[in-house]
Amino acid sequence: MERKIRVLIAKPGLDGHDRGAKLIARALRDAGMEVIYTGLRQTPQMITTAALQEDVDIIGLSILSGAHMTLVPRVMESLKEAGLGEVAVFVGGIIPEEDWPALKEIGVRAVYGPGTSTQQVIEDVSKLVLGEVEE
Amino acid sequence: MRGTLDVQGVLAGNRRAIARALTEVENDSQVGREALDLLFPYSGKAHLVGVTGSPGAGKSSLVNQMTRLLRAPEEGEPKKVAIVAVDPSSPFTGGAILGDRIRMRDIVDDEGVFIRSMASRGHLGGIARTTSGLVRVLDAAGFDLILVETVGAGQSEVDIARLAHTTIVVEAPGMGDDIQAIKAGILEIADILVVNKADHPLADNTMRALKASLEFSRPDYVSTLDRFHHRELAFEPLRTNLATQTKKEVSWTPPVFKTISTDGVGIEDVVKAIHQHANFLQENGQWHLRDAARLQEELNELLMAAFAAEWRKKVDQARIEEVLGEMLERKVSPINAAKKLLIAES
Repeated sequence: MERKIRVLIAKPGLDGHDRGAKLIARALRDAGMEVIYTGLRQTPQMITTAALQEDVDIIGLSILSGAHMTLVPRVMESLKEAGLGEVAVFVGGIIPEEDWPALKEIGVRAVYGPGTSTQQVIEDVSKLVLGEVEE
Repeated sequence: MRGTLDVQGVLAGNRRAIARALTEVENDSQVGREALDLLFPYSGKAHLVGVTGSPGAGKSSLVNQMTRLLRAPEEGEPKKVAIVAVDPSSPFTGGAILGDRIRMRDIVDDEGVFIRSMASRGHLGGIARTTSGLVRVLDAAGFDLILVETVGAGQSEVDIARLAHTTIVVEAPGMGDDIQAIKAGILEIADILVVNKADHPLADNTMRALKASLEFSRPDYVSTLDRFHHRELAFEPLRTNLATQTKKEVSWTPPVFKTISTDGVGIEDVVKAIHQHANFLQENGQWHLRDAARLQEELNELLMAAFAAEWRKKVDQARIEEVLGEMLERKVSPINAAKKLLIAES
C-alpha cells in the first residue's frame, strides 16, 4: 500500500479562531493527505504528544493571537526534547513579516500569512515531506 | 528513521517505537509485516473493546470518559489504555480528516494512554484493513485495554464484532422508530448498548425501543462462530473442543445504559459492564473461542490472497485476454469464464 502523508494541524494558545486551521486541514485532505486535527487551545505538550503518537510527517501550527514569538519556540523546544526535532514544522496565521526570520532561525520551515493560496501550502508540504523521505 | 523496527522498544512500551511500528503496519510494508510476525507471540492478552455507532452519536466523547474512569478506578490498579480511532478516507482523493483527538483532550496528556488515529483507506466494514494489525502491536506493547472506535457506522459495518471481545454500540436519541431497532445488523453485534445524549427529550423512547427489541429479537446469544458466518472460507473452520462449550448455559443479555458523555453521566455503569463482559467471556470459554475464530479468519484471508496470487502467476496472460474477450462479447458468462480460467491453469 502506498504511503500517505500524515499531517498534524494544531492550534496552540488561546485564540478561538480556527477557520484558517480548518481551511488548511480541508485543503490538505483534498490533496490526498491524512490530517490529524486536534482542535483549539493545545499546549506545546499536547502537540508534541499528538505528533509522537500519530507519527506524523509534518506539523502545521495556526496562531492568530499574536503570541507566536512565545508559543512557537516552546513547541519547537518540546518537540526537540521528545526526539522529534527532525519533524518539519510550518506556521500560519497573523504573523508579521519581520518575525519570519526569527521563526526560521529556530527551525520553522515555512511561514504563511493571510492571503496565502492553499495550493502553495499543499505544494510546500509535499516537498518538505517527500524531500525528507529521499534523505 | 523511517522503515526501521525496534521490537524491544515496542515490547518495553517505548511510545516512539510503538508509533513507528504502527505506521509500518498501517502501510502494510515489509517492515510492518515483520513487526507483526515478531510481536505475535506477545499478543493475545489485552481486552479489545469496540465502540461503534452512527456519526455524531458521541463515540469519541464516550471513549474519552471511559478512559478517564479506567485510568482512575475506584478500586484496583489503573488500566493502561490504548485507543485506535478510525475516521473515513475520501473515496475520491484518499485524504482524510482525523478529528477524534478533539474530544479526548482530558486524556491526551496521560502517560498511560496512547491514542492513534487512522483513516479507513477505502475499507468499508467500519474499520481499516490494518486496524487488527495496529491492535496487535498495541496488545504486544502491554496495554491492558484497547478501545477501537469505528468510523461513524450505519447498519452493516459489523467488522468490529469480529475484532473485539466486547462491542459497544452507541445510539443517539431520535434516530428512528422501533422498526429500525429490529433490523438486522449493528444492533445484533452489541454486547453493550449505550443511549448517549440522554438529556435529549427522545432518549426514553429510544431506550424503550432498544430494550423491547432485545427482548424478542435475540433469544440466543450470538455465538462466536456465528459471527464469522456468511463468509467464504478457504477451509472449514476448526471446531475446537472449546466450541462444545458454547452449548453450555451461556447467556448475556446486552445491558442498555443512558449516558451524557460530554458531562460524564452514566459512564461508571458502562465501564462496569465492560469488565463484567470480560469476566463472562473468560468464565465460559468464549474469550478463547473468539480469539481462535479471529485467528482462523485471518489465516483464511491470507490463504485466499496467497491462492489468488499463486494462480495469477501460473495463468497464461493470453488465455485471460481470450476468455475476457469472449465474455465481453457475451459469448461466455462470468461464471463460465471463471471456470475456463481455472481449468486452463490445472
